[in-house]
Amino acid sequence: MNPTTATKDVPEDVLVRCRGLHFRQGQRVIYNGIDIDIARGKVTAILGPSGTGKTTLLRLIGGQWRPSAGTIEFDGTDVHKLGRKPLYDLRKRMGMLFQNGALLTDLTVFENVAYPLREHAGIPENLVRDIVLMKLQAVGLRGARDLYPEELSGGMARRVALARAISLDPDMVMYDEPFTGQDPISMAVLIKLIRTLNQSLGLTSIIVSHDIKEVLSIADYAYVISGGKVLGQGTADEIRSSESAFVRQFLNGEPDGPIAFHYKAPAYADELMGAKK
Amino acid sequence: MSGAVKVLTEFLSGLGRSVFFLLQILRVIPASLLRPQLIVRQLYMLGQLSMIIIVISGIFIGMVLALQGYRTLVRFGASESLGVFVALTIIRELGPVVTALLFAGRAGSSLAAELGLMKATDQLSAMEMMAVDPIERVIAPRFIAGLIAMPLLTMIFAVMSIGVAGGHAVGVELLKVDAGSYWSAIRGSVDLGDIRDSLVKASVFGFAVSWIAVYQGYTAAPNAEGVSRATTSTVVVSSLAILALDFMLTAFMFN
Repeated sequence: MNPTTATKDVPEDVLVRCRGLHFRQGQRVIYNGIDIDIARGKVTAILGPSGTGKTTLLRLIGGQWRPSAGTIEFDGTDVHKLGRKPLYDLRKRMGMLFQNGALLTDLTVFENVAYPLREHAGIPENLVRDIVLMKLQAVGLRGARDLYPEELSGGMARRVALARAISLDPDMVMYDEPFTGQDPISMAVLIKLIRTLNQSLGLTSIIVSHDIKEVLSIADYAYVISGGKVLGQGTADEIRSSESAFVRQFLNGEPDGPIAFHYKAPAYADELMGAKK
Repeated sequence: MSGAVKVLTEFLSGLGRSVFFLLQILRVIPASLLRPQLIVRQLYMLGQLSMIIIVISGIFIGMVLALQGYRTLVRFGASESLGVFVALTIIRELGPVVTALLFAGRAGSSLAAELGLMKATDQLSAMEMMAVDPIERVIAPRFIAGLIAMPLLTMIFAVMSIGVAGGHAVGVELLKVDAGSYWSAIRGSVDLGDIRDSLVKASVFGFAVSWIAVYQGYTAAPNAEGVSRATTSTVVVSSLAILALDFMLTAFMFN
């Protein structure tokens, strides 16, 4: 299969479907017509260099930002045609793990995980307590329930945020750069957690990252994005064996290639010889 | 010329955005009132924690006013009017204005910094993704607490500067103005209208400072410079707004 063009192999049972997605911030074009399908019950990776708008995709799927053109459907519902109330109802079916955890700093670990339950579940406090302890047990931090976010390491904060993201038993969890800045042990813990939770809770997972090796080790399917386009897609093995020059540069971490080392600039000689800007 | 037009356009668009933001806050206030524990917590953070600076400032300003007033009044043999001088100056003008300036510096700046940092660390985005409206849960309780705290702090400021340790301590205890004259002159000159006007001013200033602080914090650029800029803007814009509003309100109240 040629990973740069194939779309027919995307599983039919799709939870999130992006079609003709365009998005710009000011004059900068982030997406220039991309199609992405997120398969239900699978781990899908969105790979790409920094600044290509991978996090933007998660914010678009969550309805926080609105695309310039194109559609995003979540379980058959166009996210951006929903009013405020239905959109909030839809978000209860999505969990999101932010890059730095985004825990509420004035609440303890326990209260952070309990927050969505107390807001939405409408269940008695003793049940909230049991669910929170179960979620914290799943991420290995039941003993840290009374700590405040500033007392946690980066890896622990992300695990608490993960417990919070799954507290309402969502259909899908979106991970924004979950491995950035993690030591090898924390990274291994997170990788194991994402894979295990996806299987045991029947989740659909989207992982946005540029940590290729780690992500491909757990992803069922991956998209490689750059310059506002999908430049490659396929299973982990297909991505690894891709012959696309861009995908190869990205996988091998080569400093120069389709993504140039030098930022766009006038001719070097002209500038040194005193030609004006 | 084009520069002036650009500045004016930016000012008007900023004003429009802030008014739209205010309308969003006002829309969710009924829902916020259903969670009084959030408002009480913010009353503590914004009001109670501002008490020390308000009390100490009130004492010193009352003492200085009494010294200055006595020096002038005694030349006309009117030192028994010292109480009126201190009381009317504090109740009508200095009480609400100085309290509001201190409130903007102490509570407004911390509010803007807190919201700016919450935004920079994605806490507000995380709430949105948890289907919780940050304007209802975070912004509105702080706005309401600011509205409630300002009139209360103004009254505390007035009591401290006129009575307990300010004007009374210097006028009566130090300068030996007769205590009966001091207090009876106040009772004879200060009417409920003065106190009402003072509370109206305090409420308007509280509204302005809270609005400016939450808007600056909520719209801060999500980085260190953005938070710093939001904090500074809150204090500068609030201070100018307080002084301008004070002139307008005073002119209106004096008809």
